[in-house]
Amino acid sequence: MLAFAVTAAALPHLPDSDRQVLEKLPERAADPSILAMRQLRRQLSQDPLDLALALRLARRYFEEVGSEGDPRYIGHAQAALAPWWKLADPPVSVLVLRAVLRQFNHQFDAARADLQSAVRQQPDNGEAWSWLAAIAMVQARYTDAREACARAAAQASALIAVACGASVDAATGQALTAVSALNAALLRETRAGAAEQLWALTRLAETEERLGRLDAAEAAFKRALALGLNDGYLLAAYSDFLLDRQRPAEVLALLKGKERSDLLLLRLTLAAQASGAPNRANWEADLVARFTAASLRGDSLHQKEEARFALTQRGQALRALTLARDNFAVQREPADARVLLEAAIAAGQPAAAEPVRLWLAESGIESQVLRKLAAQLAAPLKAAR
Amino acid sequence: MRRACRAIAWLSLAWLVGAGFALPARAHKPSDSYLTLRVESGKIDGQWDIALRDLDHAIGLDADANGEITWGELRASHREIAAYALARLQVAGDDQPCALSAGEQLVDQHSDGAYTVLRFTVACARPPTVLRIGYRLFADTDPQHRGLLRLETVGASRSAIFSPEASQQSFALATPGRWAQFVAYARDGVWHIWIGYDHILFLLSLLLPAVGAWRARRWQAVASFREAFVDVLKIVSAFTLAHSITLSLATLGWVALPSRWVESAIAASVVLAALNNLLPLVQGRRWAVAFGFGLVHGFGFASVLADLGLTQSTLVLALVGFNLGVEAGQLAIVAAFLPLAFALRHGRFYRWGLLGAGSALIALLASAWLAERALDLRLF
Repeated sequence: MLAFAVTAAALPHLPDSDRQVLEKLPERAADPSILAMRQLRRQLSQDPLDLALALRLARRYFEEVGSEGDPRYIGHAQAALAPWWKLADPPVSVLVLRAVLRQFNHQFDAARADLQSAVRQQPDNGEAWSWLAAIAMVQARYTDAREACARAAAQASALIAVACGASVDAATGQALTAVSALNAALLRETRAGAAEQLWALTRLAETEERLGRLDAAEAAFKRALALGLNDGYLLAAYSDFLLDRQRPAEVLALLKGKERSDLLLLRLTLAAQASGAPNRANWEADLVARFTAASLRGDSLHQKEEARFALTQRGQALRALTLARDNFAVQREPADARVLLEAAIAAGQPAAAEPVRLWLAESGIESQVLRKLAAQLAAPLKAAR
Repeated sequence: MRRACRAIAWLSLAWLVGAGFALPARAHKPSDSYLTLRVESGKIDGQWDIALRDLDHAIGLDADANGEITWGELRASHREIAAYALARLQVAGDDQPCALSAGEQLVDQHSDGAYTVLRFTVACARPPTVLRIGYRLFADTDPQHRGLLRLETVGASRSAIFSPEASQQSFALATPGRWAQFVAYARDGVWHIWIGYDHILFLLSLLLPAVGAWRARRWQAVASFREAFVDVLKIVSAFTLAHSITLSLATLGWVALPSRWVESAIAASVVLAALNNLLPLVQGRRWAVAFGFGLVHGFGFASVLADLGLTQSTLVLALVGFNLGVEAGQLAIVAAFLPLAFALRHGRFYRWGLLGAGSALIALLASAWLAERALDLRLF
């Protein structure tokens, strides 16, 4: 009976009964914070030009993106800012929020322009500086990132100020300095908020992992998880750590019920493959459906994940290489570099990973995994000579 | 095939989440709608899959605010959904606005949840050569929303993405040129006369006596080819004129006859024409018979032409093309028949074999058709 019902549900059909539930909304109306959000929206619809109200609602929507990773709220936030969205010179508060929403869609250059305009008008806008730092890190512009961190530090909490500078250090050949700074700050700033601690601990874990100090890395990951916040980035990073250590069963347990997120569904699929879990085919089919849906709408937000999927699950080295190369042109973080190196090795095209080699040389980033892959990539070249 | 695969994917997903869990985990996905337009012989049908979540955000579906959308709640909103959605979709054919009318609404699943499936028709004044589509669904509630269009024409499928930045897009429909359409209709006309045995046999029955006839129990063959030719010309012209008249009248919608009556009358005309060769009633003025029954055959042609699918803009073109095709096919048959018959007109074979036995066979066969068509039987 269930089989029949579900099969029927995959074609346009007429449901059997009025009581049949077709959709569960992510917003439970009974939730007071959702009620407040709807109330805000109603108020704004009566006065769409009320800037303060529009900003409050847009920020509220963006919080939902952060906690749930649901990109529909990006569009809702943008809709709230509609009267100011297309202005060349909107109020600073709109500039900052517009940049935040734009970077979510990987429009990094447009976001950067908004933020630079914001800090020109308000040099002490800490939020704008922190987003400038974040975007500079993604684009591997470390001098800019360092400056932005310094400017943000004046307005930010002590822990965030340290963590911001430390993540630049960690990417530029001063990983040990970064680790001590992070550890010291975490010890000192015991009253920092959970979200701030999580952010600092995640940076610490990643840096320790790149240094090859796996026990320390895992300890930091676990402390971050113990804060009890639902953070998709942290879950993905720790899952990757576990997958690299051949511990797929722990990934399956960690990400149970998190299939909604594309990032986490990829990790579940990889873990299922490694452990022979029965769900693999379903997860894989679901993931493919999502990649297809994204490409239908012309999205390229998940090129990194798609490259990794093509490489590890499908053995499509050339496709993975194209995706990874396109992705590295937009985002240049260690994970982006890694998938490009791996794809270049699998495809036997070392030249395709030239941008990564340059980035490794210029940044001086310490990463055992990346250095090893780069050496592996260079080996056949040398042998050929 | 693709649908089947999707069904299997859902099936296995349901197994995975267990029978107690009503809805499987849904992907986080930006908002998209899936709009399909099918253009076929001037008609346009649409299907629009719109996410319930997006509709709820825009117009509110969850009447009891319990966080669940039931079929009952959705059904109660069907009228509102159709009005809301279709007001945000403009279709124009060659710059003339087309009218959208909502049909039924079903439910389907996409990777991020349940969608309403709104079917609709697009009525344009004339079959368009360029389709302009204006799309602004959810432009005010979610500027990140995309309308994913699939435009299906005969033998081709195109896709396009609508966004607030690209809300107006035009598509040239690969309609064949007037000449190509004309040729296509003419070819259909030739084909129809070629496979339309009843028309051929009727004509042949009338033509068989053109090269000779029994007069007072004596076979009299025509003396000159010219004599035979003039007789054939009169018959064929009368038949052509007659069926052209009724074909036009029926195609233009001025006269309509029940097809069973028409088909039976055509069979009867063949019977009578063939019997006339065995027991001659009408000898000199067979062209008048050709004209009279030709009127009936024209209605038969008209129903074939109607089945080919006609649009107002191509009506005259189709009528002329098809008719000329019929004439061309008919002339080819006559051109093959006349010299042969003329050459054989003195022999016994023609007298007994073709005119006698041939006509008898034709009469027999056509009687069977008549019985079939009049009584709605299947004899063969």
